[in-house]
Amino acid sequence: MRKSIMIVGVGGQGSLLAAKIIGRAAVSQGYDVKVSEVHGMSQRGGSVVTYVRYGDKIYSPIICRGEADVILSFELLESARWLPYLKKGGVIVTSEQKINPMSVITGKAAYPEAIVEKLEQAGAAVVSADSLDIARKAGNEKASNVALIGLGEKYFGIDSEILRDAVRTSVPEKFVELNLRAFDLGAEAAATYKNQ
Amino acid sequence: MGSNSAAALSMKKLMIGNEAVARGLYEAGVRLVSSYPGTPSTEITEFAAKYDEIYAEWAPNEKVALEVALGGSIAGGRTFCGMKHVGLNVAADPLFITSYTGIGGGMLICVADDPGMHSSQNEQDSRHYAIAAKLPMLEPSDSAECCAFAKAAFDLSERFDTPFILRSSTRVAHSQSLVEIGEREERPLREYSKDASKYVMMPANARPRHAVVEERLDKLRAFAEITALNRIELNSGKLGIITAGSSYIYARECFGEEASYFKLGMINPLPLKSLADFASKFERVIVIEELDPVIETQVRSAGIKNALGGDVEGKNLLPLTGEFSSELLKELILGEKADYAELPDMNIPPRPPALCSGCPHRGTLYVFKKLGLTVFGDIGCYTLGAAQPLAAMDTTLCMGASISAAHGFSKIRGAESAGKTVAVIGDSTFMHSGMTGLADITYNMGIMTVVIVDNSITGMTGHQQNPCTGLTLKNQPTYAISLEAVAEALGVEKAHIRVVDPYDITAFENVLKEELEAQVPSVIICRRPCVLLKYVKAAPPLSVDTEKCRSCKACMSIGCPSLSFVNRKAVIDETLCVGCGVCSHLCRFGAIGGKK
Repeated sequence: MRKSIMIVGVGGQGSLLAAKIIGRAAVSQGYDVKVSEVHGMSQRGGSVVTYVRYGDKIYSPIICRGEADVILSFELLESARWLPYLKKGGVIVTSEQKINPMSVITGKAAYPEAIVEKLEQAGAAVVSADSLDIARKAGNEKASNVALIGLGEKYFGIDSEILRDAVRTSVPEKFVELNLRAFDLGAEAAATYKNQ
Repeated sequence: MGSNSAAALSMKKLMIGNEAVARGLYEAGVRLVSSYPGTPSTEITEFAAKYDEIYAEWAPNEKVALEVALGGSIAGGRTFCGMKHVGLNVAADPLFITSYTGIGGGMLICVADDPGMHSSQNEQDSRHYAIAAKLPMLEPSDSAECCAFAKAAFDLSERFDTPFILRSSTRVAHSQSLVEIGEREERPLREYSKDASKYVMMPANARPRHAVVEERLDKLRAFAEITALNRIELNSGKLGIITAGSSYIYARECFGEEASYFKLGMINPLPLKSLADFASKFERVIVIEELDPVIETQVRSAGIKNALGGDVEGKNLLPLTGEFSSELLKELILGEKADYAELPDMNIPPRPPALCSGCPHRGTLYVFKKLGLTVFGDIGCYTLGAAQPLAAMDTTLCMGASISAAHGFSKIRGAESAGKTVAVIGDSTFMHSGMTGLADITYNMGIMTVVIVDNSITGMTGHQQNPCTGLTLKNQPTYAISLEAVAEALGVEKAHIRVVDPYDITAFENVLKEELEAQVPSVIICRRPCVLLKYVKAAPPLSVDTEKCRSCKACMSIGCPSLSFVNRKAVIDETLCVGCGVCSHLCRFGAIGGKK
């Protein structure tokens, strides 16, 4: 068993917390784990990527093109940017949230249309949801990263209860209930997703 | 031993490499840590500061930090100093001298390289420093080795009477993997007695010390041949790989059990006899190392050949630039291309990092651009002002170079550049190495306007305290150095030391124009704390009155992530806007204001 999960988004969206939760859960499940984070300049609103790899023995923390089992994307355009890293038969779990890059803000470029459809045409399995809305229903938009983990839960090869435990130990105590609700609502949204 | 400590001994924890280095320091009984922040090394010192047993501080720069660590070592304690690769350039002076003096208590210096330049201005290979300074260097591949090597370095440092260098890199420093936690071993202070022959490096003493350095290097060469820090993994096949650090994990991922590995943990000096023996067993031998051919050059010049008598390979196959990956090795060594999907018809706009919404630097940089100034920049978040649409930087060189290079520029360009050139530098960078540049200007009758963007924190590396913030690394209240007082003491006339709020861009523009016209050195301090600091409360978000908006796009010229243009009108994203008001200063039609 070996899983490569790529977490992509925009600096400041909370991808480090998501990586921490999945990494901890994989340790609890008894796997060897490597997580690669990005710090420093890249965090300031740029495109960021975090790798989580687990299995019997893991050497490289890096995921290369064509290797990711799951791309967990916090922002729609980022799921398209990192598509080449998806393995054949892999799945993209993406938020429908859109954040304009500077070139779109200044009118020099356009935000691409119909991204989910184009990803599917390129052969990727896609599960998408408005993770901000799910988090809002759970009580606070800030839990959207955990809602997205819930949405992708069944693709991680980790027991659901172990993932929920990792959520419990990774967020401040007063936000545990909120985040578990977000996780569950995310998992529910996946269960009723159009392609299922 | 109680059951609690037995449990602690067998505990495995997921840690980034930097946290694991800090754990190694703790377990080795380190008493003092002095560092200057720099990605990807910063968190070592932040994690070390969490241990009550360790005195930990941010020094104003890496040279000071290394000297503090050396002083603590001379006093007999185990000490540590951490920095990024370019920091070691700043600390090179004490680094070379520590090689001659040796140490008192065990001493470790960590230098973190940044192949691929995730967060750096160059891609230099710090291994050259170990060779040039004749110091032993270790290189871990994962967090477990970060902890184990850091810990082991202290016994070795004391055994060989030399500081050790731990070379890390972005992927090792910032990757989490499992670490077995041990306990701290308290070490009694080693004896301090005055010894001029060891610590007073004047020629008469330094000459015999150089001989000591060469003898020590011979002993370290012999040690390299037998240490378990280096290991051989023998598998079947005709391919032998010599590698270390992050390159080892990419090689292991790429070749698996199809190759054998000489995995170096100690990369200076090299175990050349063992490497020759290893190479002689394989029909093909490749050195896999990121950046420069440091290992390869030594292996080849030692005349080491493969089993067929052929040369060892390396940079004939692999690049000198950038980060490696298993994909790159597969393609360049095995000729296998990765198989992946693409979106050929989609134009995906790039997303480089940008100044945050409400960043106090934005207005300052906008005014530079508006006035068409030649801007000598420095190292910090304001470097992001070099990107479009602000494009407000002429140079970004190295720490402190804004002030000194602007001075050199104005001495050459004279009247032509007068009143049109500024230096811009942050509070932490000014304390690091900006002060000496300012002294050069006042001393040598330079005329320059220096803008210190004082956001009351070291921002880019993730919020570290500095000598101006009034707090130590351990969050103790302390003396806060006044930038105004420093400027005055360095010879800037009081009337030409100005303090402004960078959110008030009209006021800043007026002050800047006045000081650019003055025929004396001046310092303008743009003072407002970083918007990401927890104690900074956001003002209510602004909004656009679409009736008043004339679609002139003046507000779009500042590159604020909160602003966009929809249906030919400016729109403010209320979830991002912190109400700084810089955009409303730019609107000639009064269309941007507080919410109705």
